[in-house]
Amino acid sequence: MSKREVSFTVNGAAHTVLVYPMERLLDVLRCELGLTGTKEGCGEGECGSCSVLMNGELVNSCLVPVLQAEGATIGTIEGLAGASGLHPVQQAFLKCGGAQCGICTPGMVMATVHLLGHTPAPTMEQVREGLGGNLCRCTGYTRIFDAVLEAAGRQK
Amino acid sequence: MQTRVVGVSVPRKEGVAKLTGQARYIDDLSLPGMIFGATVRSSIARGAIEDIKFGEGIPWHEFTIVTAKDIPGRNVVALIVDDQPCLADGMVNHPEEPILLLAHPDRHALPAAVAAVEICYKPAPSIHSIEESERRELIIWGKDNMFKSYRMEKGDVDNAWKNAAWIVEGEYSTGAQEQLYIEPNGVIAQAGPTGGLTVWGSMQCPFYVHKALVALTGLPPESVRVIQAETGGAFGGKEEYPSMLAGHASLLAMKSGRPVKMIYDRMEDMAATTKRHPSRTRHRTAVSADGKLLAAEIDFATDGGAYATLSSTVLSRGTIHAGGPYLWPNIRVHAKAYATNTPPHGAFRGFGAPQSLFALERHMDVVAKAIGMAPDEFRRRNLLHQGMATATNQIIHDEIVLDQMLERALELTGYHAKVNQFAEHNLTSTHKKGIGMAAFLHGAGFTGSGERYLNALVGVEATAAGGVRVLVSSTEYGQGTNTILCQIAAETLGLEYDDISMAPVDTSTSPNSGPTVASRTAMIIGKIVQTAAMKMRQTLLDSGLLEPSAGREQFLAACQAYRKQFGELQSFSRYEAAPNIFWNDELYSGEAYGAYAWAVYVAEVTVDTSTYSVTIDDFVALQEIGKVIHPILAAGQIEGGVAQGIGYALYEKVVWKDGRMINNQMTNYIMPTAEDLPPIRVFFEEVPYQHGAYGAKGIGELPMDGPAPAIINAVVQATGINFTSIPLLPEDIFRAMTAEPERPAESLESALAAEGSQ
Repeated sequence: MSKREVSFTVNGAAHTVLVYPMERLLDVLRCELGLTGTKEGCGEGECGSCSVLMNGELVNSCLVPVLQAEGATIGTIEGLAGASGLHPVQQAFLKCGGAQCGICTPGMVMATVHLLGHTPAPTMEQVREGLGGNLCRCTGYTRIFDAVLEAAGRQK
Repeated sequence: MQTRVVGVSVPRKEGVAKLTGQARYIDDLSLPGMIFGATVRSSIARGAIEDIKFGEGIPWHEFTIVTAKDIPGRNVVALIVDDQPCLADGMVNHPEEPILLLAHPDRHALPAAVAAVEICYKPAPSIHSIEESERRELIIWGKDNMFKSYRMEKGDVDNAWKNAAWIVEGEYSTGAQEQLYIEPNGVIAQAGPTGGLTVWGSMQCPFYVHKALVALTGLPPESVRVIQAETGGAFGGKEEYPSMLAGHASLLAMKSGRPVKMIYDRMEDMAATTKRHPSRTRHRTAVSADGKLLAAEIDFATDGGAYATLSSTVLSRGTIHAGGPYLWPNIRVHAKAYATNTPPHGAFRGFGAPQSLFALERHMDVVAKAIGMAPDEFRRRNLLHQGMATATNQIIHDEIVLDQMLERALELTGYHAKVNQFAEHNLTSTHKKGIGMAAFLHGAGFTGSGERYLNALVGVEATAAGGVRVLVSSTEYGQGTNTILCQIAAETLGLEYDDISMAPVDTSTSPNSGPTVASRTAMIIGKIVQTAAMKMRQTLLDSGLLEPSAGREQFLAACQAYRKQFGELQSFSRYEAAPNIFWNDELYSGEAYGAYAWAVYVAEVTVDTSTYSVTIDDFVALQEIGKVIHPILAAGQIEGGVAQGIGYALYEKVVWKDGRMINNQMTNYIMPTAEDLPPIRVFFEEVPYQHGAYGAKGIGELPMDGPAPAIINAVVQATGINFTSIPLLPEDIFRAMTAEPERPAESLESALAAEGSQ
């Protein structure tokens, strides 16, 4: 199979990459664009460490062939913090102890941003469901739930 | 003691880097000219390697190929007993044993090449259980299949049985458990042109890796350098295994002359690396008419896998914890670690204690039921108190607040009311409710004389940037090493938390503060940081550059003045054993640990008798861990440990076939998700430990010990079925509740009828 050009926007910047069409979006982000904040935990869509936003939806970038990202708008962890500092979700995770080893954290933060984007004041059940596709082995999720609720408060 | 920084939930030191995606884990690093490595592994459990063939269609000249013959030093993963080869040579002893290594510039070229290497075997018989191993019909390791055995004895057990009002027996077992850190194992190795070797990796114990690489390569110790990358979870799973993986990448790097990256994918990581030892424990217990424990005979056996690795030390901790937090006038524990033809089992949070404590705390409920006493009352009558002696005859001089914790746990959960309420509820409902408890302890630091042997060294130094940094080989992998050690240094030096940083963990520059294991970092390393910081302050006072009453600004100015005058300001301290610590390794008696953390956990469950699934409705975790250095991190440790304990009890089942894990995917090895876990309510009691940093004791492993027995005790109460094994999956509950011929009383209808007639 030969390489071809694929164009998409990542964190507001337009990119065109020469890639194998079936390469995983995860690998293209990490290896071609150097955006290593997006992590690989399982490679089969179970752990959610590779979660990114694609056209506003939360996707496991390990399951997305890069061809599917043609023309897409993609958001990764690197695009969250702005010139004015950390994103409210990042601030809340820092304050509440939502990150321990940190490997699930970028995906967990993206899932939270996605959740609060469509459910600004979630119930605990909605938080649990919204993060149900992101595994964390360190925290038992308690401090992550705290962080999500804290962030929801901050975003009001 | 009033503290400013210790006891405060400051932001995690590396928190911003982790939250912004800037933290650099091993797979995020890249070196110029780097190529990629992969491993060819054994497909059989045991046998001789007769030939290795390289299949057609692969441009083999493009690959770097390494076998055991390329090893310049000794073909071992050096640890305790040097029985494990880094690459199999002539014989394989377990599935997934590494045989041959490949490296190629395009990592996409590796899977096909690995598949094209054909290993020709002459298979040999193999064994896959403790029972097969102890029968010794086939010897696969040493003279008797036994890596290690201990006999721990206190009092006169043989003479105690005749005084017993009851003698109660039970057998319990626990399964393997995968650590399931979300970042798989990975390293990068680079061999320098002048013979040096540098390895970066995800790891807990850089000096373990260093020791193994020196043995493997034959290089002088000063030519080998090991650097920890940001580490995405470990839980013991990156204690010994990185020594193997670092060896493989180093062999490829030395042969190819190029940097080599090896990152396991999830399936390889789960199939090939260490897991928690499966165990079997048999209890025989003598109890007096008034419910006092008189004697125990405990037989504790673990499955160590094919090589010795850490089985002896895991067994040791399991043995010492086998009697739990109770007063045993007479106790004998006979413990054995057996060889089987599975990948070696290894370190996992709790390190043998979760196994023997599951058996004990399940058995305590079995005994309580047999003698007609409530589980809480039976425990209450036998808890250790200050001044009493543990199973190793260690007198506990510090206050023990287990009684108060037990009462508080009962209050917080409404235990007594619920026991009655649930009994009533279960008569008519298909959703059976139960509430169960576990009382337990966990010793902090290396066992017995282990800390003296480690002789940890720790440093603090003034930096050119105007602050102070801590030098240790103690690693951060989520548990909070960086944060708490900086808090301790800041507190001691009268500085702010932000004035303190951590030096990178690098064996060429870091003092050897020992491995980051055994719940030793806060208590032992923290204390040495405190001592080193005090010495640094004293150095400044002695130099005349610092006034005793000086504040933060003057202190930092004095550091810079000292650096200007003398070049550098560093202070190192070594471990100092607490006085009156004696340990007899032969008799297994004496001060096993400097301090213990104590805990009472209570779980409330619902068993759905149409799906046979268990839901945990409430979980209360009370513990006494000495001074809490960082309330949020400490609670996070407990919550995470409880979550792993819930997985151990109800979800996480390693399915074996001929010694190989066949459900080596997150899809079919199930860990708790955000939707599975109950609210975990965490409470701390603080009894400061004089010899720990600001009174801290160990915390990391403790929460792994209690959840499984508390949960299964609750399930037993809910169902009336005496479950004795974990993991306990819905299909196990289904089988037990519907087993017709053997256990007719436990079919659903008759169980309801039986309960209704009581």
